[in-house]
Amino acid sequence: MTEVRVAGVGLTRFGSHPERTGRDLFAEAADSAFADAGVDRTDVEELNYGNFMGALAEHQGHQAPLMAEAAGVRCPATRYESACASAGVAVREAVRTVRSGEADVVLAGGMERMTNLDTEGATEGLAIAADDLFEVRAGVTFPGAYALMARAYFEAHGGSREDLAHVAAKNHANALPNEYAQFRSEVSVEEALDSPPVAEPLHLYDACPITDGASALVFVSAEYAAENGLDAPVSVTGTGQGTDRMALADRADLAATPAAAAAATAAYDDAGVGSGDVDLAEVHDCFTIAEVLAIESLGLAEPGEGISAARDGRTTADGDVPVNLSGGLKAKGHPVGATGGSQIAELTRLLRGDHPNSEHVPDAEVAVAHNAGGTVASAVVHVLEVAE
Amino acid sequence: MTDEGAPTANAGYDEWIDALAAGDGHALVCPEGHGSLPPRRVCPECGAADLAGEPLPETGTVETYTVVHVPSPRFADDAPYVTAVVRFGPVRLTGIVRGIDPAGDEDGVEVGATVEADVGERETDGGRIVAFRPVEP
Ligand SMILES: [Zn+2]
Repeated sequence: MTEVRVAGVGLTRFGSHPERTGRDLFAEAADSAFADAGVDRTDVEELNYGNFMGALAEHQGHQAPLMAEAAGVRCPATRYESACASAGVAVREAVRTVRSGEADVVLAGGMERMTNLDTEGATEGLAIAADDLFEVRAGVTFPGAYALMARAYFEAHGGSREDLAHVAAKNHANALPNEYAQFRSEVSVEEALDSPPVAEPLHLYDACPITDGASALVFVSAEYAAENGLDAPVSVTGTGQGTDRMALADRADLAATPAAAAAATAAYDDAGVGSGDVDLAEVHDCFTIAEVLAIESLGLAEPGEGISAARDGRTTADGDVPVNLSGGLKAKGHPVGATGGSQIAELTRLLRGDHPNSEHVPDAEVAVAHNAGGTVASAVVHVLEVAE
Repeated sequence: MTDEGAPTANAGYDEWIDALAAGDGHALVCPEGHGSLPPRRVCPECGAADLAGEPLPETGTVETYTVVHVPSPRFADDAPYVTAVVRFGPVRLTGIVRGIDPAGDEDGVEVGATVEADVGERETDGGRIVAFRPVEP
């Protein structure tokens, strides 16, 4: 099996760019990725592009050929959609394509444009990741769905809004030095607790913002990297994906995310590592409770103990396993279809040592990315390791 | 979002919610006992094609709920409202709890509360919703 290297990563600043077209956002990320990789764009053999709600936000379907043009590549191009895990599945298929020997160079990533919609429009757009007949018609919003999970978690394991506020404070602190983050401002536990309710028990500072942005990654075979003298020290050694029942009400346990656990098990087995080997993680904290569920699914905390991990300092920048050193979706931002690619970009920089937060993980060798769709009916996990 | 008398828009679902409104709420159950909601050709848990309709219990138990303050446009005039996930025998239903004051000091509902299921209307546009009402256990 061919080894897959991350040759280059590219991101736009995450934030509010309501006037910028999706094609321009992705073009910027791709340009940065090619420059970082030192790879000629004419060598790209496939484009795997993630996008969730472009048909609503930009009245633009069929985005893959458009983004191939924007990136200046002429090759088979496909859009992947798995709600907030769209870029995660795009990355996963890129990894599998390079591994199989089908291609030596694949461009993957994603883009989402959201702030050109008003809050109601964005709320409506995000809700389509849930079951329209049995959830959305019952008033389930995206924050509402995670609020249902948060209350179920509190009932099953205990925990409080204050525990969740520590997750928000941690991720905002991590975003401070990150030049790509939407929010580079501290949020105290008290401020998070005092923010207005969105869907109780979740309040405004439990939620990720509405974000525009794009991510792009150049994946290459190790042979291609060697032949072309690329500096590509990070390898994707594990990939896994899980699927669960679409509607939250149909899950066996409302306070756990087994699709993510299945994805993690598959990715760890693929890489030949265990959860105890993980030095740092980027997880899908669209809401503070989502980070709690994610680290439990990844085996970084026992069921029922994820809730206290941030408060106890186990997942802070100087903790045992720092989680979301980028700031996470919570503070870095969540351009839905770009997020899974952004996590890989951040981990690559953290492992290479060129991330502003690399100083917190100087000896890190194994990193894990967790990207989830909807209420984790879809989940993708990747393991990255320092190969050189 | 069809109402009674309107053409069928989502066959299977429309008949199911009509039945719920008529007091004949039901679930589909496979030979293994897995419950699901229509339309289904096979059991989503095990793939069995032999699905039988089974009446829902008269009452269900609230397993989790949220007070929604920021609604989607279809619920603009309904907020704040309480969405709950309620266990009815072989299935859970997701719906809106009515007959309570979600803006009050208490949420008006709690995990473990007993409710019955009916069909109500969205205040915003009159669309039909699964509605729960608290009852004495
Ligand atoms: Zn079954």
